[in-house]
Amino acid sequence: MLADARLIAGKDLRIELRSKVGIGQMVPFAVLVLVLFGLALDPDRGVLTRATPGLYWIAVLFSALLAVQRSFAVESAPGVAEALRLSGIDPAGYFLGKFAAVAAQLVVLQLVLVAGVVVLYGADLAGPLLLVATAVAATVAIASAGTLYGVLAAGLRVRDTLVPLLLLPALAPVLLGATRASEAALDGGIGDGWGWCGLLATFGVLYVGFGLLFFGTLLEET
Amino acid sequence: MAPAVPPPAVVLQAAVVLLDRFPALAGVDLAVGKGEIVLLRGPNGAGKTTVLRACAGLLRVVQGQAHVLGVDVARSPRLVRRRVGMLAHDDGLYADLGPADNVRFWARAAGAEAVDADRALARCGIGERLLDVPAARLSTGQRRRTALAALVARRPELWLLDEPHAGLDRAGRDLVDDLVADAAAAGATVLFASHELERAEALSTRIVTIAGGAVRHDTATAKIADPDGEVASAR
Repeated sequence: MLADARLIAGKDLRIELRSKVGIGQMVPFAVLVLVLFGLALDPDRGVLTRATPGLYWIAVLFSALLAVQRSFAVESAPGVAEALRLSGIDPAGYFLGKFAAVAAQLVVLQLVLVAGVVVLYGADLAGPLLLVATAVAATVAIASAGTLYGVLAAGLRVRDTLVPLLLLPALAPVLLGATRASEAALDGGIGDGWGWCGLLATFGVLYVGFGLLFFGTLLEET
Repeated sequence: MAPAVPPPAVVLQAAVVLLDRFPALAGVDLAVGKGEIVLLRGPNGAGKTTVLRACAGLLRVVQGQAHVLGVDVARSPRLVRRRVGMLAHDDGLYADLGPADNVRFWARAAGAEAVDADRALARCGIGERLLDVPAARLSTGQRRRTALAALVARRPELWLLDEPHAGLDRAGRDLVDDLVADAAAAGATVLFASHELERAEALSTRIVTIAGGAVRHDTATAKIADPDGEVASAR
């Protein structure tokens, strides 16, 4: 399973490095979202500062949609989906590989976005440990849920619109938890930040578990 | 004591496959021994591709029996897939990856090594200058050769080829013939569909004619069916 996961993740990241389609669209899009929020809210700097965690995670979430869609778009080349079924690759390994590749891209995106909120919004990165833990837990949750819903819509002509419709409501708890945990970290007081972070981690573990168990069935049926 | 007879590579008995409730295979009987090169021929829509896809475990046999390489593919299609190689109409190549990355990926997915992929690429005439050219920028023939290399690198026990000569120049078609002959000589079984009958018939050891989702003629048994589908012995 792990060998198959490495194979799939390596292939997806190699495609991304060669084509730069995902990162070339995802990062500029996320930065643009930050800039537009900044333009809209800049007259009231206090609102912008208070809203920084929510705006950051909304930008991550919207950009994650692009990463998930791209991840499954590469599998829609003629004959590839069928060749994958024939390859004998373990479905759980396939899920883990896709998940890992999406997560890796989200990590790169967040490094850029963190710099963006510091420069554009003047965010003060207090509570770095909680911030990193929140980012890791939220990335696992977003990438695992995205991979599951991505394969659900993969074989459909309407996948480009269906993925956001399925994924955004499913990730609403992640947006809430990540925003609350990040707020607590940026306040420096920590407060109940670790509780929200724990919720995120639970969410991530659940989706990874669902993926490992049911991805094969979803692959066969879509 | 008589030598043990190896089990056939493919056994379809009254196999029925539905495509959107339409019986694409309406009770196919076919047994293919190990090492045979069997040509499936018939008009468009006869069910040739469906037979190949059912043997690969990609289509569910809903009625009858289907055993491939000793595996009941109607029940456990996943168990046979890694042992089967299929060259379909579509090449199954990642558009952004070159032939080298594509073939290495498919080879490793089947448990083969990168060196098998490199050897297959060389055998299929993918020169060094093409190795890293994205598949999207290759010609049809070059993509077809790359797909062939991916198949060769996997070293499958059962080759399922759907119009393997299509899109290839004369040298490419000769290459297909050589690869098929070599595979059979090495003990693999080949089941292929082709409309290029002269070349395909010369290559095959047996010819099976399919029409209307059923076997109408088999040179091994010389059974001929009347238009109503009743099969009678010709001998």
